[in-house]
Amino acid sequence: MSKTITLTYREALKTAIREALQKDERVFLMGEDVGHYGGAFAVSKGLLKEFGPERIMDVPLSESGFTGAGIGAALAGMRPIVEIMTVNFSLLAMDQIFNNAATLLHMSGGQLNVPVVIRMGCGIGRQLAAQHSHSWEPFYAHVPGINVLAVGTHEDARGMLLSALESPDPVIIFEYTSMLNLEGDIPENAGAVDIRKAKIRREGKDLSLITYGTGVYKSLEAAEILEREGIDVEVVDLRVLRPLDEETFLASVAKTHRALLVEDAWRSVSISSEVSARIMEKAFFELDLPVERLCGVEVPIPYPKHLEDASVPQVQDIVDRVRKILRP
Amino acid sequence: MKKTKTSKRISKAEGKRLLHQMQLIRRFEEKSAEVYTETKIRGFLHLYVGEEAVAVGVIQALDEDDYILSTYREHGHALARGMDPGAIMAEMYGKVEGCAMGRGGSMHLFDKNIHFYGGNAIVGGHLPLAVGMALASKKQGKKNVTCCFFGEGAAAEGEFHESMNLAALWDVPVLFLCENNLYAMGTALKYTHSEQQLEKKGPTYGIETATVNGMDLLEVMAATQKAVDYIRKTGKPYFLVCYTYRFRAHSMFDAELYRDKSEVEEWKKQDPILQFKKFLLEEQLITDKEIAAMEVAVEKQVQEAVDFAEKGSWEPVEDLCRYVYTETQGS
Repeated sequence: MSKTITLTYREALKTAIREALQKDERVFLMGEDVGHYGGAFAVSKGLLKEFGPERIMDVPLSESGFTGAGIGAALAGMRPIVEIMTVNFSLLAMDQIFNNAATLLHMSGGQLNVPVVIRMGCGIGRQLAAQHSHSWEPFYAHVPGINVLAVGTHEDARGMLLSALESPDPVIIFEYTSMLNLEGDIPENAGAVDIRKAKIRREGKDLSLITYGTGVYKSLEAAEILEREGIDVEVVDLRVLRPLDEETFLASVAKTHRALLVEDAWRSVSISSEVSARIMEKAFFELDLPVERLCGVEVPIPYPKHLEDASVPQVQDIVDRVRKILRP
Repeated sequence: MKKTKTSKRISKAEGKRLLHQMQLIRRFEEKSAEVYTETKIRGFLHLYVGEEAVAVGVIQALDEDDYILSTYREHGHALARGMDPGAIMAEMYGKVEGCAMGRGGSMHLFDKNIHFYGGNAIVGGHLPLAVGMALASKKQGKKNVTCCFFGEGAAAEGEFHESMNLAALWDVPVLFLCENNLYAMGTALKYTHSEQQLEKKGPTYGIETATVNGMDLLEVMAATQKAVDYIRKTGKPYFLVCYTYRFRAHSMFDAELYRDKSEVEEWKKQDPILQFKKFLLEEQLITDKEIAAMEVAVEKQVQEAVDFAEKGSWEPVEDLCRYVYTETQGS
């Protein structure tokens, strides 16, 4: 058995970027403040000195321009990692992502691959108010032609980027800024991970908590509390939001017969809307109870801490809801 | 900003080849309109009639390894680049034999083998791609140029300004080739740009810039050659504005309420094909008989393209979900 190391989510992300740059000379990182500033969240701190300005490219505030340039560079044989500082700014690049990255393979009848990786910080939890706290994974997961990943664990922070760079098609990676300082243990030799499958993060028999992103650690914490009460929940980390790995979560539901879907994104037309629909379509007769959801409250995210906290599911909310479902 | 002068010396063979290309584009477009009215082609169809000297002139200055990105009015560029007319017509018919398996249609012609990267139909959306492709060439130590065609309408888009800035900031070998046909769909330049001399926008980004009469083939060739020489020598971007005019409607849905017929007729006096024919005749580089023979040959070529498309096959509906991901990854 290999040794484990303890590191922060941020360090795991950075280790992955460094390894990618070392492994493949076609790889370069481009984004706002990734170089001289060291990354808005210090993820790429020190990499400019280590790899030089050709590999770590600061870009102007032109989300559409530099994201499109990343897509163009990918078309012409490079393996760019485009960092959009946060998902909040990514709407300015949506034309490039949806109208170009997602369509070029198809419009060209299979001739053109777009092996671009686009990383974005995202999520709520730092009192940044309505324009800087978005959970927009569902927008991206809506569109065929791109792969959408959610980094919910340290293992995935260390490995997803490396796997994404092996993909011949565009990959969007959501990284959760509220998790950057969280410490976690991963095997010392951790590396690329499977980016096609969801993952059972904890096995259980009473109910399936199906989630992604920050919902993963919250669900795991909730599961520990519930365990003390004799409730044994399974935690399914979707990880891949497009294409969804329904096989894994349907199998979990077939085992536990109960499902609670947890996510920060607004409830309407969310990832859980899709997961719920697929459970109804394909595992309806496995269910003992209706599928339930804990999602973001449908409000622009407010600034005060207590209201911000109330806007998305917290550990206690998950615990309470599971108790209510299982012990009405 | 420089106006480019031309020395109008070309060989007989070159003169014929160039005229043939322009004639082919003209007839191909006219034929496309015909088969459109027969409902063989559907969707949007944007014709290049009147602007032939730009595509043909510019592409003469490019090498095989250079990348080309174009707009939704790109049949002329594709033909001038040497794409098979049959593959283009079949694409517009939506047949599998089309250059993009029929998946793209008129606005999305692609052929990786000749470095033709669309057929891009979001105005201005391909400019960042062009910068990125040129950036890749620079990083890879390649000497090729990326030529990006766009209309003056695109110059009002943010992506134009972002791309100009990035290209100049990064010193990448891209030719921004503006086909200024004076109308963004049906809205005239004067209603859409505060500064109508678009060439003034280049120097503000520190980009070498020139304008050229886009109705004169030899002038376009010379101006582009100069631009491409500059890019190859310096590795830096270049902005070339071609003043041109489309003789036909914006698309097949356009009733042309926004311009006078007399204006169109006035521009037709500068028809690039008539002008070039006249030049070749005056310089005794071609005879009337040869022109007549060329017209017959072009007609045959265009008819063969239509026949090829007619004989083409429909992709089975079972294949609908192909080309979404490189390998099938489920739904």
